[in-house]
Amino acid sequence: MLKILKYSFFDLMRSRWSYVYFAFYLLLGIVLLFLNNDLSKAVITLMNIIIVLVPLIGTIFGVMYYYNSKEFTELLLAQPLKRSSIFLGQYLGVSISLSMSLVLGLGIPFALYGLFNSSAIWDFSLLIITGGFLTFIFTALAFNIALSNENKIKGFGYAILVWLLLAIIYDGVFLMSLILFEDYPLDKLSLVGTMLNPIDLSRTLILLKLDISALLGYTGAVFKQFFGTSFGLIVSFSMLIIWVSLPVMRIVYKSKRKDF
Amino acid sequence: MNKVVTVFLILFFVSFFSSAQTITVCKDCNITTLKEAIKNATDFDTIIVKQGTYKEHNITIDKPLTILGKNYPVIDGEEQGEIITIVSDHVTVDGLFLKNVGNSYTEDFAAIRVIKSKFFEIRNLVIEKLFFGIYIEKSKFGKIINNKIIGEAVEEYNSGNGIHLWYSHDLDIENNHVQNMRDGIYFEFADNSTIKNNVSTNNLRYGLHFMFSNNDVYEGNTFENNGAGVAVMFSKQIKMINNVFKKNWGTASYGLLLKEINDAEIKGNTFEKNTIGINIEGSNRITYVNNNFSNNGWAVKVRGACYSNSFISNNFLYNSFDVSYNSKINDNLFDNNYWSNYTGYDLDKNGIGDVPYRPVKLFSYIVNRTPETIILLRSLFIDIIDFSEKVSPVFTPDKLLDNNPSIKKIAW
Repeated sequence: MLKILKYSFFDLMRSRWSYVYFAFYLLLGIVLLFLNNDLSKAVITLMNIIIVLVPLIGTIFGVMYYYNSKEFTELLLAQPLKRSSIFLGQYLGVSISLSMSLVLGLGIPFALYGLFNSSAIWDFSLLIITGGFLTFIFTALAFNIALSNENKIKGFGYAILVWLLLAIIYDGVFLMSLILFEDYPLDKLSLVGTMLNPIDLSRTLILLKLDISALLGYTGAVFKQFFGTSFGLIVSFSMLIIWVSLPVMRIVYKSKRKDF
Repeated sequence: MNKVVTVFLILFFVSFFSSAQTITVCKDCNITTLKEAIKNATDFDTIIVKQGTYKEHNITIDKPLTILGKNYPVIDGEEQGEIITIVSDHVTVDGLFLKNVGNSYTEDFAAIRVIKSKFFEIRNLVIEKLFFGIYIEKSKFGKIINNKIIGEAVEEYNSGNGIHLWYSHDLDIENNHVQNMRDGIYFEFADNSTIKNNVSTNNLRYGLHFMFSNNDVYEGNTFENNGAGVAVMFSKQIKMINNVFKKNWGTASYGLLLKEINDAEIKGNTFEKNTIGINIEGSNRITYVNNNFSNNGWAVKVRGACYSNSFISNNFLYNSFDVSYNSKINDNLFDNNYWSNYTGYDLDKNGIGDVPYRPVKLFSYIVNRTPETIILLRSLFIDIIDFSEKVSPVFTPDKLLDNNPSIKKIAW
């Protein structure tokens, strides 16, 4: 598996797209800092971008990579190699190279701007960690979609749909249902609703850092326990780990049974 | 004020040059208790209390005396009741360490109580293990300076206030430090007083709490991490200048709660990391100038019946919500503030944004209605509906605009 991982990783490192992605984040970081002149404000803006853009790029890139390297995958399948290690190697190669572009692309301008001497460093590192998680989750989802769909167009369509669903539509439905059932106690429902969507989950994780004072304004014991203690942080992180492992398990499961 | 000074000076000289004598209290002296010393003293004497522990309570000072503690002598009330009660004019108490005030559910025992007196001075006291700290009733022209009051309050019903004023006026309260009490500083019917450079932290209920107290000035105080922040109610003509309201977190916690406050001036204050920076209810004709609101949940929450208030040249920095309204009616003015959430531009480079800023967002309206939706804060979907509301306001007050939003942070 490590060999395939290495191969995928270096293949991607040499590809144009990784550089484009890296350059995009580099530019974004520089422009944000240049325009804002303020680290904490830049971190907030960055958060808005990361929780929307990282999943999008993760899904599209994942699907694209799978379809592009299909012939090579088939060649590998002819070798005496475990299927799970082929696909997991590819998956990890893609996710790691994407996360690296993210970390370096955003890290370099912020570090040059004096992040290490600033109080925003914790907010920033949380941002990068969630960004990394989102990359891993959405690349895994993309691989799932690609594995299940032979048709490229269909695969891309589903990938974009999944992103749209989780990034925007889910929140809309969530909001409507909260307003619809406002007469009932909703604090548990709202927390569960957040857990079921990795984008919302990462958003909450960042909210815990940035908007804790507003979150504590709501009267609710469950909310208070969740946001007021480290409980929220622990639960959110474990949910993110579950969100990574479930799709990865499905990749393994699916790849073992698929006819090529 | 001049009169006061003259009277003070005359009294000072009278006491200095007349028969005033000094009585020393210590363990090996002729006089070993403060009570005995007061009994033997004549008007305008000075009693010097030397270092040591004096187990005394219910000490009544009924003549104009100066009591000076050398190296913080401890007056231990042994939880029997009140420690010092002042019932005479011109009393100065300086440099004592008071502890173990009695706790009671029927009487408000205080470490030091002033009743119907004028021209008193309470300074440099340290008070610990107390019920009420400094309790002033029906007194005037006094000074409370440099005291340190450290409580151990756990429950509201069986704890008292640090500095408690009732029906008193013309007082100066300066440089005191109050912590872990029920209310740090409590005023009821206290007019024309100055509260300056005090620190009130970690109190169970309010850092500062006042009602029916008019014409007071609050300057340079720090209120931090109090159970419910600072509450001011039913008062007129107050000035709050350069105070700091910080880290008051919780469901019913405010940096500053204003209720039925009229004609006040709030200037140069800092509101930082509070759940609600300022909560305004039924308050009219208040000017908010040059305040900093940073990292609050709600910088300003307007609850209703607030007319003719003006917010001019304030900084609103990284608050989750800048301003929230619960109705569509607006009679308040927002002008020339700096909003960190402002997204407009300044083409003519005059430092003022060319597009007006709408501080009230649709989402704040939604959160008011269904508080659980707060969990969707900063979601892309919320940004989209906020944007559409910004373009054509339906739920939020459409005339609530800052027409001249500043492009740069306002400095003063």
